[in-house]
Order: sequence, then structure tokens, then C-alpha cells
Amino acid sequence: MCKFNKLSVFFAALLFFSLCQASNKIGLVLDKGGKDDKSFNSAAYEGAMKAQKELGIELKYVEAMDSNALESLHRSFAKRGFDLVIGVGFAQAEAVNKIAAQFPQTKFALIDGEAKQPNVKNLLFEEHEGSFVVGVLAAMASKSGKVGFIGGMDIPLIRRFELGFREGIKFQNPKGSLESNYIGVTGEAWNNPAKAKELALSQFAKGVDVVFVAAGASGTGVFDAAEEKKKLAIGVDSNQNWMKPGFILTSMMKRVDVAVYETIKEVHQNKFSGGTFRFGLKNSGVDYALDSFNKNLMTPEMKKRADDVKIQISSGKIKVSDFYKVKR
Amino acid sequence: MKSVLGFLFGIFLSLLLVLWIGESPLFVLEVLYRSAFGSKYDLGLTLFYATNLAFTGLSVAVAFKAGLFNIGAEGQLHFAAILTAWVGMTFSQLPMGLALPLAFMASTGFGFLYGLVPGLLKAYRGSHEVIVTMMMNFIAAGVASYLTLNVLKNPNSQNPETSPVSPGFFSPERDLTQQFFEGAPVNYTLWIAIGIAVLVYFFLSKTTAGYKLRAAGLNAASARFSGIDSRKVQMLAMGFAGALAGFVALNEITGSAGKYRIGFSADYGFVGIAVALMARNHPLGILISAFLFGALQKGAADLDFETELITRDFARIIQGIVILSVTAFYFIDFKKLIQKWRSK
Repeated sequence: MCKFNKLSVFFAALLFFSLCQASNKIGLVLDKGGKDDKSFNSAAYEGAMKAQKELGIELKYVEAMDSNALESLHRSFAKRGFDLVIGVGFAQAEAVNKIAAQFPQTKFALIDGEAKQPNVKNLLFEEHEGSFVVGVLAAMASKSGKVGFIGGMDIPLIRRFELGFREGIKFQNPKGSLESNYIGVTGEAWNNPAKAKELALSQFAKGVDVVFVAAGASGTGVFDAAEEKKKLAIGVDSNQNWMKPGFILTSMMKRVDVAVYETIKEVHQNKFSGGTFRFGLKNSGVDYALDSFNKNLMTPEMKKRADDVKIQISSGKIKVSDFYKVKR
Repeated sequence: MKSVLGFLFGIFLSLLLVLWIGESPLFVLEVLYRSAFGSKYDLGLTLFYATNLAFTGLSVAVAFKAGLFNIGAEGQLHFAAILTAWVGMTFSQLPMGLALPLAFMASTGFGFLYGLVPGLLKAYRGSHEVIVTMMMNFIAAGVASYLTLNVLKNPNSQNPETSPVSPGFFSPERDLTQQFFEGAPVNYTLWIAIGIAVLVYFFLSKTTAGYKLRAAGLNAASARFSGIDSRKVQMLAMGFAGALAGFVALNEITGSAGKYRIGFSADYGFVGIAVALMARNHPLGILISAFLFGALQKGAADLDFETELITRDFARIIQGIVILSVTAFYFIDFKKLIQKWRSK
């Protein structure tokens, strides 16, 4: 009897253990923008949610309060025995680097940054390539030849968007000009739709008729301005076409959702490997968005041109300058 | 005493709110406790926040004592931090024994200068220091970003940050405090914070200059009639406040990070106002209130992590309620209330 009991306990424990194994625990550390920025962090969040629904993983997400808390959040996840911890945003590179070294058994993924540890998968996006394509589209859609760019915080990452976009415009229309503004120099710039709207309105007043906004949650302000003045805006990171149908020409999609989902899937299937992975036009890591909300804005001609440019960039025929590599 | 009551009342109100949204208040208390004292690392991170909040709290308090409201601690610490980082990069050959005093002079010196500007404008042009310091916060952020992105940029990183300062200025492996706390960012500046708080206490209550400062703060006109140059005193007090905020730069550049990172400050300058208010501007009380606010800052992130329903925003609400009730309790006259109650 006693023996039987012990055996059943053993089996129960085994069952419990195998159940634990089956559901992977995934931790997601979002950037200051938070999961509702309808842009960068939203994309990461959606990717993780999709994985939760389809793969049955256990998901826990947190939003960073300040940059010093990042390290302790990653640490908490690792200490709790999470299988994979995903850091969203360049600001987490240092924290991931440090914690990944301390917890070599835990797997980490880092978006938009590089941490040189064997258990970290770095997911980098070639934003300049995607921006080039929407630059071509903007130049085609613009009647005045004046195109605008509104960046969030003035950091190298956003400069990279701007440079690619600028080259796209010049490629399509050598006489085209770019009006460029940044919302701010502090983190608050990601969350300031009012100022974004002011900047967009002043760009429209100068004759600009298409504005590309790369500013996280501030982007909504630009969409409002476009609707008010009957001009066009271009969204960023997520597909934002649905937010103001008819006024959003397209969105420069950065498939953070796909990257997050695929990484979780790899962990789920025990195929995770560290290293740096780049997502460009070639593997649809960046792309322009075309759906029912903007199909009336995009002429067949524009679509054809964009797809053509995409192929040329992928094959290396067109070289887009990368702000990270340009000597200044 | 009132502050402590206010703090406890604020926590109590927050816990009611926690109960209302469906989390266990006991669990929240447990998480907050563990967040502050759970391990050496946790305590270290809390003390790190507390160190910075003590500096900014002292900065605000000194200005308050001189009758001024310093909302500019945030700008002062950013201005000091970027220039201290520049000093740390420029004088790369200095050994530690010379580098640290230089960093000390740079961080407090630049902080002093940045605080002196609103002081000057207040004293000789009558511009209100609240407006000026607030504006100067943006100027500091702009200057710091410009220098970080264009002049001092770290070529090996895509982060918006400066290159690391030289090892003479920043060597965490030699920092015993940091070693003790298992790699938490707290460092030797913790002891400086405690020392400075004691010094400020003696300065304000035992020295002639401190007396002048308080006199000018209580009533500038009457101080002037008794032979104190109130304008000059207030101007210098603002500079002094800036120097105290500049210590945060010393912590960041030579203690925890070794470089200037855009957005490194968790609003230390603004939370410092609450820290000073709660301590009733008493320099030694500030040490305690800085620790409590540090624990709240740290606890907010952990609550988000540990619970299902309490998110980052909710944690901020808790912070807000605590600040509000601490300030509100200041204006309740308990003696009168008790008398009224007895006479009924």
C-alpha cells in the first residue's frame, strides 16, 4: 500500500513536471512606450499574444518605469525560471547583456539592440530599407514634391529611418525635398501627440503633402493633422492604415510581431539559437503595408514601383545608406 | 510625525484601492517589503534610487529654506551629468586619486553654475525662479542630447549615450559598496549622500551663512533691514541647490553607469520635491523620505511584475496618492481637531 502511494506520488510528480515542461514561460519586457502605443511595443505585444493563443505558452509582460528598473525586471524573470525573456527596445541592450551573462541557462531575445552573449538572440531590423520604399511611395503620392518627416526622439535609430526615407524620395524624384522635424530630445517625445500634430500642421502649411511619422505613440497626432488638412500620412512599425482610413498612405511595417512570435516558437520547439538576426526587405522583416484601408490611395503604378524597388534593394542593386555606418 | 502619519494614510488609501481592483493588499505589502529588503540586490537598487532622491531632495530643501522653489533639479543634474561625462572622457590619463576629486568638482561645479543662473535672474531681474528653472530643464535636456548625439557619441553603440569615461573615473570593480550589494547600481555615493545631508543640516542650523539663508527665506524684506543681503543670499542658495542636484551626476558618471545615457534619470528632480516636502525640508529627514520614495519607485516595478492587475500606471497612482496625503496631512492641525472633538 505504502509502496503504491509512493509510486503514485512519483507519477503525479512526473506528470506535473511534464506539464510544466509543456508550457513554456515567456517574459516580455516592454519599453517605456508601453503596450498601447499602437506602434512598436504594440507589435511586440501582439506577437507574444499570438504565440500565447497558438502555442499555449505562459506569457507575462511588464512595462519599464525607468532605465534602471530594466535590469531588475530581466533579473526577476530569469530568477523565476522563465524559459525566454524578451527585451523590447534598444534601451535594454545593456541590461540584457549583463543579466544574460549572469543567467546562462535562460534564453534571451533582444529587439533593436545587440548583446554579445551566447544565450541572446538579437533581432535587428533594416529600417532604412523599408523607409526607402515608403520614401519612393511618398514621392509618387506627393503633388507638391515636398515631403515631410517627423521623428520622435532624436536618436540614431530614428535618424536611420530619416536617411533611408530621404534617399527614397531623391531616388524617385531628384527634385523632391524633405522637411524634417523631431518632436523632442527626451523620452517624452514618444508620447506627445499634441506636439506631433503641431509639427505636422506647420509642415503642411509649408506645402508638404505627405508626412512620414516615426514617433511611437505620438504618431496619432500626425494622423489627426492629416485628416484635418486632407493630406497624407505614413504610419510606422505596426500597420497603422486602419487608424485614419483614407489619410494614411501606407505604413512602414517593422515586423516586430513576427520576430517575437518566431522566437517564441523556436523556444517552444527547442530550436532556439543565439546570435544576431537581421530582418530586412529580403525576408519581409520590414515592408510597406497594403490592405483594404489604403487600396484606394495606392495606384497600381505605385504598387508596381514599390515592389520593383523592393526587389532591387534585396538583390543589392540599390544601395541604401545605413545611418549607423555612415561616417559623420 | 505628521509626515509619517500622512505616509501611512497614503499607503492605507492605496491598499483600499488595491482591494477594490481585486488584488490582495497583504500580498501587495509583502511584495513592497520584499522589493525593498528581499535580497542584497533589491536593497541595493532601492538604495541607489534613494541616493539620487536624497541629493535632489536636499537640493529642493535648501532652495525652500531660502524661500525659493527649485523645480530645476532635473535640469541641473542633467547639465552636470553630461559635462562630467565630458570631463571624464577628456582627462583620460588621470589616476583615480585625481580623477574622482575632479569629477566631484565638475559635477557640483556645473550644477552650481546651472543653479546660479535662475538665482541671478531672480535676484537682479525679478524673474520668477519657478518659470526660469522649468524652462531651463528643457534647455539642459536639449544641450545634453545635442552633445550626446553629435559630439560625445559612443561609436560602438547604437544607444543614445556618450562614450564611457576613462577607468580612472569609473571602476565599479574597485567600489566596495557595489560589490557588497551583488552588482546593484548603488555605489560609494550612498555614503556621500549621508555625509552631505549631515553637513547641510549643520550648515543650515549652526552656521551664520545658514542663518542668513533661512532669514532671507522667511522674510526677505526684514532680513534686508537687519543687514542681510537677501538677494545675494537667495542667488547663492540657488547655486547651492544646483550643486546638490549635481551630485546625482557624480553618482551616475563615476558610480553606476560610467557614461551619460539620455533619459537616465527616473524624474529624480521632480520626485525630489516630494521627498523634501515629506521631510518638511529637514536634511536628516530627507534621508528617510528618500529611502521611502526609493522603495516606492523600486516597488512599482515589482508590483507590475508580481501581480496580474497592478500595472505600471497603477503603481504610479499609488505613488501619487502617497505624495498627496503626505502634503495634505501637513495642513491638518491635529491639536485643534482633538480640542474640537473634546469640547463637543
